[in-house]
Order: sequence, then C-alpha cells, then structure tokens
Amino acid sequence: MYVQEMIEETALADRPERKKKLGVIFWICVVWIALNLGAAIFANFLPIENPMNQNYALVNAGPSLHHLFGTDDLGRDIFARVVYGSRVSIEAGLGAIFIGFAIGAPLGMLAAYRRGKFDSMLTTFMYTFLAFPAIIATIAILSFWTPRSLLKIIIVIGVASIPLVYRVIRTATLNVATKDYVIAAKVQGATDRRIMAKELLPNVAPIGVAFLLIGIATVVVLEGSLAFLGLSVNPPTPSWGNMINEARTVLQLNPWLAIFPSLAMCLFLLSLNFIGDRLRSHFEVTESKL
Amino acid sequence: MIGIVFVISVGAFYLIHLLPGDPAVVILGTGDSPVNKARLYAELGLNRPIYEQYFIWMSHVLRGNLGVSFISETSVWTTIKGAIPIDLELMLISQILAFAAAIPLAMRSAKKPDGWIDRFLSAGSFTLLSVPSFIAIVLLVLFVSIDLAVPHTGVSSYVGFGTDWIGNLESLSLPSVVLAVGSFVVYYRILRSDLIATLQEEYITMARSKGLSQRRIMWRHALRPSSVALLGTAGVNIGGLLAGGFIVQYLLDIPGLGYTLITAIGLTDYLVVQGIVLVVAVGVILINFFFDFLINIADPRISRE
Repeated sequence: MYVQEMIEETALADRPERKKKLGVIFWICVVWIALNLGAAIFANFLPIENPMNQNYALVNAGPSLHHLFGTDDLGRDIFARVVYGSRVSIEAGLGAIFIGFAIGAPLGMLAAYRRGKFDSMLTTFMYTFLAFPAIIATIAILSFWTPRSLLKIIIVIGVASIPLVYRVIRTATLNVATKDYVIAAKVQGATDRRIMAKELLPNVAPIGVAFLLIGIATVVVLEGSLAFLGLSVNPPTPSWGNMINEARTVLQLNPWLAIFPSLAMCLFLLSLNFIGDRLRSHFEVTESKL
Repeated sequence: MIGIVFVISVGAFYLIHLLPGDPAVVILGTGDSPVNKARLYAELGLNRPIYEQYFIWMSHVLRGNLGVSFISETSVWTTIKGAIPIDLELMLISQILAFAAAIPLAMRSAKKPDGWIDRFLSAGSFTLLSVPSFIAIVLLVLFVSIDLAVPHTGVSSYVGFGTDWIGNLESLSLPSVVLAVGSFVVYYRILRSDLIATLQEEYITMARSKGLSQRRIMWRHALRPSSVALLGTAGVNIGGLLAGGFIVQYLLDIPGLGYTLITAIGLTDYLVVQGIVLVVAVGVILINFFFDFLINIADPRISRE
C-alpha cells in the first residue's frame, strides 16, 4: 500500500518532465532570428536596393517582382528599408540589454551572495529606482538630450533596465545560493570568486538568458514607441518604428508601407518571446530535477 | 512608503535640473540681456541653492500648488486635473474588458490543459503578446476604424462623458480595446498556469468527489487561491499603463495624462512635465498599495507571514 503510494507520487512528480523537448516551433524561431541577424549584419552585401534611393516614377506601388514589398511615398524600396530598418531595432535591443546586464547582473549576483548591509542598501536603492516611472524619465531625457543618436537611446534605455536585470538576477541567485552544493563548496574552502563562477553562474545563466531574450523584445518595442514620438533615429534612416510612423500619413493610399514593417517587427518579437518562454520553462524543469 | 514618495519627489524635482536647456532661454528666447535673465532667475527662485529650491517647491506641492506653466500660463494642477478623469475612465473600461475576457477563458483553458481550446487560446495569446500597441492601433485604424467609421483621431473626436456619454464611449472604444488586449494577454497567461496548479490540489479532488459542479469548483474553490499572482501582476500592469499608455493616447489624440506629458515635453514646458511625473509616480504607488491590499484579502496568510 505504502509502496503503491510512493510509486504514484514519483509518477506525479515526473509528469512535468514530459515537456523536455524544445519542439519544432522553437527551432523555427531560432532560424528566423538568425536570418534576421544575418540580414541586418550583411545588408550591405545583399542584392537589395539602396534604402535611400528615391524613385518618383514609382511611388506607393504595391508588391511586385521588382519591389517585393512595394515602394513607399518617395519611391523607396520597402523591402530594402525593412531589412536596413532591422539594424536599428537589433542594435538598440542588444546594446541596451548589454548595458543592463553588464552592470545589473554582477551587482545582483554579488548582492545575493554576500547579503548583509551591501545587499540591503543596494536593493533598497534599486527598488526605489524601479518605483520611478522609468519610461517617462526616458522620454524626458531623450527629448531634451539633442542631437539624437542611436547611442544615446541605447545608453538611456540600458541604464533604465539595470534595476530590472538586478532584480531578476538577484532573485535567481538567492534561490541557488542557499542550495546544499553551494554550502558544500564553501565548507571545502572554495574562494568566493570560484563559487560565483563555478556554482552560481551556471545555475543563474539559463534564467538570465531567458530574461535577456524577453528584455531585447521589450527594448525593440520601446524603440518603436520612441520612433512614433520622433525620438528615435532621424529620418531618412529607416527603422521599423519610423517606417510604421511614416505610413500613418498614407495609410489608405499605401497600406503595404504599414503592413510589412509591422509584420517584420511582430514576427521578430514573437520569435524572441517564444524562445525566451520555452527556454524558461525548459530550464525550470531541469532546475527542479537538481 | 513615505520614503519612496520622498525619493520620487526628489527625482521628479531633480529631473528638471538634469535636463539640458535653460528655462530662461525657454521663456525669454535666446539673446536676451543678462539683466533680464537675472531678474527672471530671481523671480523664479532659480538663483537659490538647489536644496532650498526643493523645499520651497515641496511646500507648494503639499499645498496643492504645482506652479504655473511658463508656456500656457495656466496652473499646472488645473491641466492635470482635466486629464486625470480621462485616464481613470480609460483604465477602468480596459481593465473591466481584460478581466471579463481573461477569467472565463483561463478557466476554460485550465479545465483541459493541452486540449485544443487551450492550445488555440495559448497560441493566440502568445501572438497578441508580440504585437506592440502602436502596431495594433495602426492596423486597427487601417482595417476597422476606416471601414466602420469609428472615431479614431483628432482631439476633436474626444467627447467628455458629461456632454455626450455615447460619443464619449465611442471615442474611447479603440484605445480601451487596445489597452484591454495588452492586459488580457498577461492576465490570461498567469491565471491559466495558476489555475492548472490549483486544480491539482487535494481539496479540489475532494470538492469533485462531493459532486460539486465544475462551475462551482472553479469560481468558489479554485479562483481565489489562484488569483494572488494575477492581482500582483495587475497592480504592476495598471501602474505601467498609467505611465506607459502614453503611446496609445498620443496616437489617438486622447487628451489624458500621457498625451499632455508628450505635448509638454515637446514644448519644453518644465513644470507640467514635473507635475505629471510626480502625479503618475504617486499614482503608481497608490495602485500597487491597493493591489497589495487586495492580495491580502485573497490570501490572508501573506500578511501574517
């Protein structure tokens, strides 16, 4: 009877592990992101038109073989602009999240590992920072900090993301830092640096990566919002947000101008979110197995 | 909590000083004489030490005086007071819509996890999660508003609730739906996973074996213990909407706080920016406080810990 119960319990506990495979859609998303990255990096070498070339003989044309996505109100090739536009979004996303992680992640790990006064002071500071409406501060600073450049956008969003990264990494590290194997390593006399690098980092990293991907998606959306307020890169440099914003004035005349960059952005975000979400659930399962 | 309000007030105050640009230049224009500039500085109290300026400003704020805008020369508080009801209404409608959709659909999904309805809803919600609000607005305007003649743009299309409530609801329908969809996705996903976890508890099996109806089990026994994370997220989300709903208001010309803020930033109207930052920050804190209170009602064990 008792044995029967135990078997049932283990069967129950094993159930979530069924989802261990990442699935086909996950890999489609990875391939899509890789394609996007590749196109953004090698845009100069691809056989596509110059995104700045204006052709007044062919304005607001629909999709055709010659212009896959059609042309905009100045006769520029929408496909080329979507490809070049991805650069701004990807650079903003990667750059800002890099700043956030470069400062927030080490601080979060250190605070969770050391605890004590250092942790409580830093955490109070970060949480107060979080209570402040960061998005308003971002807009205010960007609108007064002229001339605008992508680098400034990256810096402002990056700094604003530090407390968020800090919170996620600190919570994740706290869960690990109290585990037996960390205590065992301490008892064995491992140095703090060794414990952080060998015991904590490998266990915090998966959560960090999942959050990183979702964070990039958030920054891409934010950059798009800024473009709508005219606070992102200056035209004629294409960015997805800029393009959708420009499309608003010719929405009925040329819906393609709104649809294609929107589609590109949504698919990019969808892939990032999906990969992030799948990784998170994947690693949470393995974490509970430890 | 008072500490946080204090830090935020310092932040809102100092934000203005962090910003490049000289208020004297904004008011007088470039190239005015230094004498005039000095007089204006004295008039605005800008020549005093910064901590003194803060205390003067704070004592005014505590008496409900946020200053008078340099640009429009109206009281900042009057401007904000005019915008707040619009935000509240937008928030209320969108949140009611979001919860009204999220709760039943999450229950439907949790009833049969991985069934085809659940898969369909999960995939749909995940797709919606990846549609930024500005894209949703542009596409809705393109495919819905223009065909159905839903008013969607221009300050003139916004009608006050007092004057014409049907017109008011019509002009708020598009922004409410966009905000509601954004919230719905988040609520649905959280409530679904929590409900699935709750439904595996023993007391649910107990309730089932007593022969209670599925509906009664869901609403009476499963919903409340599953709603703690939902309420916490809702608090953060609504606070985020207050600060982050600006893009929806800006695109659809709804003269709420977000719209006013963007306009004020465009005009370098320092005091209005400062006032709105302060009001929004305090609003976010109050909302979080309120939802913490709701969480304690949903699960009294939390406050006892």
